[in-house]
Amino acid sequence: MTQFIQIAIQYLPSLLMAALTYTLPLTAISFILGLIFAILTALIRISKLPSEPIARLIMIILKAVAAFYVWLFRSTPMIVQLFIVFYGLPNAHINFFANAWVSAITVFSLNTGAYASESVRAAILSVPKVQKEAAESLGMTNRQVYWRVVLPQAARISIPPLSNSLISLLKDTSLASVITIVEMFYLSQQIAAENYKILSMYVLVAMVYALLTTILTVGQHYLERYTSRFTI
Amino acid sequence: MIEVKHIIKQYPDKRALDDVSATFNAHETAVILGPSGSGKSTLLRTLNLLERPTSGTLALNDLTINFEAPIAKKEIFNFRQSFGMVFQEKALFAHLTVLKNIIEGPVQVKKEPIAVATKKAQALLERFGMAELAERYPSELSVGQQQRVAIMRALAMQPEYLLLDEPTSALDPELEAQVLHVLKELATQRTSMIVVTHNLGFARQVADHIIFIENGQIGYDGSAEGFFSATDNRIQQFLNAMNF
Repeated sequence: MTQFIQIAIQYLPSLLMAALTYTLPLTAISFILGLIFAILTALIRISKLPSEPIARLIMIILKAVAAFYVWLFRSTPMIVQLFIVFYGLPNAHINFFANAWVSAITVFSLNTGAYASESVRAAILSVPKVQKEAAESLGMTNRQVYWRVVLPQAARISIPPLSNSLISLLKDTSLASVITIVEMFYLSQQIAAENYKILSMYVLVAMVYALLTTILTVGQHYLERYTSRFTI
Repeated sequence: MIEVKHIIKQYPDKRALDDVSATFNAHETAVILGPSGSGKSTLLRTLNLLERPTSGTLALNDLTINFEAPIAKKEIFNFRQSFGMVFQEKALFAHLTVLKNIIEGPVQVKKEPIAVATKKAQALLERFGMAELAERYPSELSVGQQQRVAIMRALAMQPEYLLLDEPTSALDPELEAQVLHVLKELATQRTSMIVVTHNLGFARQVADHIIFIENGQIGYDGSAEGFFSATDNRIQQFLNAMNF
């Protein structure tokens, strides 16, 4: 135990620094982009087909693309996606993804977007129909109805599932280690390889992940409590 | 004046409105009565295009909509701005305070400056004795207060007509009385209102014009006095069934 405390005192600052410079930025950027993908995908999937032929065709194509995207990212492991994007695409001369950060953020955000789109879709559909009708009856355009009335209320409803997605993403950023990003887990691997305190290092990094996810869980709790008054 | 002509609303399994024609004059209170499922709300919702009938026409002043022809979105938005609508319940925007609910339409749709819309909203809140509730959220109000705010939100758009779809049906008698008091005041001020209700007492007190609808067809269209003194068997049966 004394040995573990000594290791914790010695390496905790480095791990926390790695969390601040890699794990948390990767999580935050990927989650924000993932949310944008999720909202766009959900809106496409719940949109009605317009009657005008060209708009109808475009919407049919968009719906097919959105469905394929969700299926693709939900049906393949994230580590495989990371390998394809970081090692596979540059091999096919798509060098944009040779940058590990670009690859990691691309995969994490698309993956989060695919899963979260289902949560956002369910939340949008669970906003009472009368809220939409009330906005329409004021003369709001479809865009105003969604952005000013439906989506803010769907956001409240989707706090629990999106919080789960955020917590999962935070833990999944450890996979960035396989594409050379020295994030918190990769750093703990490197330290363990040097000092041979393998169990202690991995327990320590697990504790840091647990601390970060606990902070997010507490944040979720307060956010849910704060937004509970935004319901009728 | 609003005029609907030969309105048919056909669902796959039911004809909700069957060749309905009616006229609603400005500055009068029209009440639409009828048994549940008779087509009252469908008719009301047709007026501000929340329902799109299968056929027929709808005219407001010099604007006419033919439901068999395509309707431009802009035409729908313009048309709707002539109406304020109060729903049965739970139609206040849950994520906005009372004040923001009231100014949302004027600011977002009519593009009124926030300061102007706020001043008007505060005047409405004063008028309805709810000024101290301006910063509350709908969840923090009683259902009766929510309905009064819904009426204010509709009035804030300064509509030509106020449409009310069973505004008191979710309320207990005490809260219902508060809302009816507001509606009676509006009726006294000759606000143009079209109300779907089951409350025959209210209809008798404030209606200038009553439409009785059953099975999607109009069974009576005339004065309130004429309705309550009608000798027609079906109307008598309806009044008796409502214990009136």
